[in-house]
Amino acid sequence: MKYLMLVCVDPDLTQRDIPGEPDVEDWVRENDAKGVRLMGDRVRPGSDATTVRVRDGEVLLTDGPYAETKDLIAGFDVLECADLDEAVRVAAGHPMAWHGVIELRPFWVDDNDS
Amino acid sequence: MTDEKSSDEAGSEAGEVIAGIYADGWSRIVATMIRFTGGDWDLAEECAQDAFTQALRRWPEEGIPRQPLAWLTTAARNRAVDRLRRASTEAAKLRQFAALEAEPPPPVYTSDSEIPDERLELMFTCCHPALNLDAQVALTLRSLAGLSTAEIARAFLVTERTMGQRIFRAKQKVAHAVIPFRVPPAHLLPDRLPSVLHVLYLLYNEGYSDQPNKTRLSSEAIRLARVLAGLMPDEPEAQGLLALMLLHDARRASRFDAEGDAVTLAEQDRSVWDQDRVAEGTAILERALRRGRAGPFQIQAAIAACHATAPTFGDTDWPQIVGLYEQLGRVAPSPLVELNHAVALGMAQGPETALPVLDALAASGRLDGYHLLHATRADLLRRLGRNEEAEESLRAALELAPTDAERRLLERRLADMRMPGR
Repeated sequence: MKYLMLVCVDPDLTQRDIPGEPDVEDWVRENDAKGVRLMGDRVRPGSDATTVRVRDGEVLLTDGPYAETKDLIAGFDVLECADLDEAVRVAAGHPMAWHGVIELRPFWVDDNDS
Repeated sequence: MTDEKSSDEAGSEAGEVIAGIYADGWSRIVATMIRFTGGDWDLAEECAQDAFTQALRRWPEEGIPRQPLAWLTTAARNRAVDRLRRASTEAAKLRQFAALEAEPPPPVYTSDSEIPDERLELMFTCCHPALNLDAQVALTLRSLAGLSTAEIARAFLVTERTMGQRIFRAKQKVAHAVIPFRVPPAHLLPDRLPSVLHVLYLLYNEGYSDQPNKTRLSSEAIRLARVLAGLMPDEPEAQGLLALMLLHDARRASRFDAEGDAVTLAEQDRSVWDQDRVAEGTAILERALRRGRAGPFQIQAAIAACHATAPTFGDTDWPQIVGLYEQLGRVAPSPLVELNHAVALGMAQGPETALPVLDALAASGRLDGYHLLHATRADLLRRLGRNEEAEESLRAALELAPTDAERRLLERRLADMRMPGR
């Protein structure tokens, strides 16, 4: 099962160093080696984002992120896990889960019951 | 005539047997079918339902099978195979069907004892923390307790449509996010078991009222706690939860008066307390405590046991209750625990000791707006002879009381205080 892991900033959390916080390089190395992390990267802040809409056939661009909250998404990873429990374990090992927020979204699997 | 009568009798006998099996059999069959269909909860429930419907039709004529659970599970399984076969033109179902065909067909179950008991798997899946609490409760009642959507909707005072959507969304989340159908491995249990215990206790408390459409929730919660305690004999908190429910439930008959008003513990008629439940609850608790891992449910059960075994309100072992609340405050700190600690302190050591503790709690502001904080304060002040302040606190409590029954209780106390000579 593939999960999109959105790595987000928690604007309310200002603490810089949290004891026991995992190292992101270790996290990437470990999960790449296991084949759990398929890809992932940091993304530029919302100020560099462009929002695209097509309305009445016209392409409309907006300078800035779609979400009202600024600079929420800092990066993303794509995970391949057996189930949600495994994905939660992997996400909980990422430093941004310690001083930010991680959202897990299962990929849409083509099925007939939705 | 005689024939008709005997077939009626056979019918009602079969009906009773089926009702008896339904209580525990429903969740066992649903769990087995979830596994069998590769996680199709709707199909699993539909097949379980169908098996019971068949039983209601056939058992009165054919007699009750010697292995009723095996009969029902086989019927549900056959129905599932039928349904998947018929639906096999759909691509997704085809895959499911192909998977079924690839493995040798599962045996027709011939004996109840060979049916795997996967109710624990079902419990942990229904109460997975990735589901919100409402969803956990709804799924537990539907899939584990076998209540209909309409029954669950009535108990939670929402429309059947709302509850149907809630259950639908919960099942979708289980399927789409791939919440595993399993008992969590040992290292995850400390994180996951509390969630199951919490849902069952919440169900129990929902039903711990005098509303008839809710009391069913309590009996289901006790039944499920019994199943959980039986399936996890090494988890003292699971035993503690069952003990706590039994000890509370023992006092059920005395909790409301004829008008439906709540009766305080001091005024309850102890002669109607269910001594069998008290004995069972205390025995389970004692066994659990011997493991030396007292968690919040065991400690709460120990407090309930102090109350349930006290011959009169005055004979209650208050010093022990004070100690238990202190212990509870360490493992599960909360302002409510502190409030109850202060109440017990007032009983064990007198109002002059308890009042400063209560005032410190009030000053923290964490129970602002909670009527029982003021009611407790009023009681301590009255016992200290500070009647004017006591009245003031009672009026504050009255303003905040959430139900008419509680307002009536507080008004009675206010009237009592104003009576001269008291």
